[in-house]
Amino acid sequence: MIVTKPEELHQLPEYKAALVELLFQLADDDFIVAYRGSEWLGLAPHIEEDVAFSSITQDTMGHAAMYYQLLEDIGIGRADDLAHRRTAAERRNAILLEEVNGLGHYLHEPQYDWAFAVVRNYFYAQAKKVRIDSLKNCSYEPLSQVAVKVNMELYYHLMHWKTWFVQLVNAGGEARERMKKAIEKVFDDFAGVFSLGEKGEKMVECGLIDSEEVLKARWLQITKPVFEQTNLELPSEFPMKRGNGRNGEHTPDLVEALAILSEVYRLDPLAIW
Amino acid sequence: MKEQLVAALEAVKDPEIDSVSIVELGMVEAVQFDSGEAIVKLLPTFIGCPALDIIRQRVEQVLASLEGVERVTVEFIHHPPWTSERITEQGREKLKEFGIAPPPKQTGPSGEWQVECPYCHSPYTMMENIFGPTACRSIFYCKQCKNPFEALKPISVWM
Repeated sequence: MIVTKPEELHQLPEYKAALVELLFQLADDDFIVAYRGSEWLGLAPHIEEDVAFSSITQDTMGHAAMYYQLLEDIGIGRADDLAHRRTAAERRNAILLEEVNGLGHYLHEPQYDWAFAVVRNYFYAQAKKVRIDSLKNCSYEPLSQVAVKVNMELYYHLMHWKTWFVQLVNAGGEARERMKKAIEKVFDDFAGVFSLGEKGEKMVECGLIDSEEVLKARWLQITKPVFEQTNLELPSEFPMKRGNGRNGEHTPDLVEALAILSEVYRLDPLAIW
Repeated sequence: MKEQLVAALEAVKDPEIDSVSIVELGMVEAVQFDSGEAIVKLLPTFIGCPALDIIRQRVEQVLASLEGVERVTVEFIHHPPWTSERITEQGREKLKEFGIAPPPKQTGPSGEWQVECPYCHSPYTMMENIFGPTACRSIFYCKQCKNPFEALKPISVWM
């Protein structure tokens, strides 16, 4: 079954519920990871990286905005409201993506961790690639069309983060040690990125996306050679130490980020972003 | 009427590259005219491009000023996806005039891009940064004429 238009969803309440949940996961993931990326502006290791990272962040925020637009088209609410007005408990992003960039604050003595930024973004970009490839076959046509478009931009993001990852891990010394620590830390919550939440089975049944297991297996298959080349060990199981963001479980990091993010919108809902 | 509408769209330039029109960039997918209403379907180059709203406003302005047009509807659609192959020959020439190399024509999963300097046409160039001042551009340096320049990123479905 292929659903070509939002209007057709009226007849399909269960399908619609699963689709809405999936769109919130996709939108909220990109939204919060783009926010964390924006906090690096002016702080990246060198000016070329500042240009690159902010460009990637802009693309990623664009992807989030488009998923919110798909939700608006279905009649869930205005895209801007969905992005700015929902509380932390209503968010569906993975906990890994909401975590602060490091100690300090971007305005005062930021002691951000570049190793963590590289590992989180590389692992996430690769997981996003696996997910987008699956979504190209999504039974909801407006989403499968968007996936084709996102994929072309993601190509450059993934290349960028993979280059950083391999170079820093191969650099040896302090760089390798810090990268290993960051890898451990990212893996602690990485299962949350693959989780499809409570409606996951329904999503698969409706032909919206492949199962968590399939997505995870593909990620492992693609990442394994990179780990072998760089002499790193790839765990076969990754936990979700701090809970599942898909079910609305979040950390204070998200609450704080949302307060900052939506400050202007709450002052003036007509301001465009 | 349709020809008139398309001709009018030639006057709508990319706000960030003001020598090239949205028609030459291949962003115009469809133009329809139905009892006073002009409907334009546009393909965004990059999804998060902040110029899209400005382009929408300019299209509305330009078409609304035509005789016989009562309403203008601008829609951004994602299918077919915009790719850099959609840029016309004329568009490629105008990009060069602006100091931006057009995207390489032949790219593939294994193909590296070869970009010619828009000033001296030398292929002896190097990429400084795959990302540039806008989402669609990269930064290059010409080793021949020693000018920095920008190039449009190749965007293609094989990616």
